[in-house]
Amino acid sequence: MAAELHVELVAADRSVWSGEATLVVARTASGDIGVMPGHQPLLGVLESGPVTIRTSEGGTVVAAVHGGFISFADNKLSLLAEIAELSDEIDVQSAERELERAKAEGDAFAERRADVRLRAVAAR
Amino acid sequence: MGAQLRVYKRRIRSVTATKKITKAMEMIAASRVVKAQRKVAASTPYATELTRAVTAVGTGSNTKHPLTTEAESATRAAVLLLTSDRGLAGAFNSNAIKAAEQLTDRLEGEGKEVDVYIVGRRGVAHYNFRERKIAEQWTGFTDAPSYADAKKVAGPLIEAIETETADGGVDELHIVYTEFVSMMTQTAVDSRLLPLSLEEVAAESPAKDEILPLYDFEPSAEDVLDALLPRYVESRIYNALLQSAASKHAATRRAMKSATDNAGDLIENLTRLANAARQADITQEISEIVGGASALADATAGSDR
Repeated sequence: MAAELHVELVAADRSVWSGEATLVVARTASGDIGVMPGHQPLLGVLESGPVTIRTSEGGTVVAAVHGGFISFADNKLSLLAEIAELSDEIDVQSAERELERAKAEGDAFAERRADVRLRAVAAR
Repeated sequence: MGAQLRVYKRRIRSVTATKKITKAMEMIAASRVVKAQRKVAASTPYATELTRAVTAVGTGSNTKHPLTTEAESATRAAVLLLTSDRGLAGAFNSNAIKAAEQLTDRLEGEGKEVDVYIVGRRGVAHYNFRERKIAEQWTGFTDAPSYADAKKVAGPLIEAIETETADGGVDELHIVYTEFVSMMTQTAVDSRLLPLSLEEVAAESPAKDEILPLYDFEPSAEDVLDALLPRYVESRIYNALLQSAASKHAATRRAMKSATDNAGDLIENLTRLANAARQADITQEISEIVGGASALADATAGSDR
């Protein structure tokens, strides 16, 4: 069996996803980073963007993460985010509506948020 | 029916209605405590991981950051007081306010100027009534605070601490909230959020004996700390808000339970009094009839003779 790492994806108010994975790709301030089992201890700042988790069963979990941190040590990876949503939970229509509205109102934060959600769905 | 009896009956009816209301409020509060506790539990993983990360950066690098270094002589401090929007919770709010006032006195005793930030209408009303200055206030979300609310509260506080003291900023940040110990015990506590003492944070983190690995920081230790500390403050404030909400509901439940019990006692006493009054009415009526009858008998006996 391939080596695995344990992933905990936690948002401020709930635990979003946890399980075993073989690869996690996330976007940090200095570019995309991929973490595989046995990676050296790492602590980084995440940018808003989709996070891809390749589970050990061969599936893929994509989550929209809005700001936060990635920390990896002892084959345990934690993704901390203020807001995190799994791509399955995201309603495409409402995200698109949100994007339109945010653009119309010039709300940069909401626009980026909706954009990240849509990108997470697209990456599914 | 006698006047006295009618008065008792009316009071019994009114107390019974009150009892029904307090009973309902007790049950509502009981269900909300459970919900609030669940929220506290749901926010714990994030807080734990964040504390771990802060400890890791703090101990794993020699970075100096305004949020972790103590000012040589602190002259201004901010106190964040968490109260509730509504009362009917026994001594919940007055305990928190008292704790805040003690802390303020202590800080002023150390020669620091104190800025007060308040969450909850009760605390705001208390300070406004005494015409004391409030630096900033937030109301309307104390029953079920969300993370966005915590961010809203943390924003100005972090800004104040990052500002130079000379320009109206503060050196220290203290928080006063009601800790949820159990259903029966909630205590008002104060703690210093900033500057952060890493020993304290390390003592709080669950895995004390664990040796922290040498982290590779991405992009750099300073940047990570820069991003991490505001999140840490937000998460601590969020946790305090949630605990305060849970405590408030528990206090309400207890206050309403004793109100219900008291109403029950009152109804019992009033019923006894009403019974006695009714009995007295009957006794009086009988004695009046007997008296009247014998007077009548005496009168007729007299006329016969």
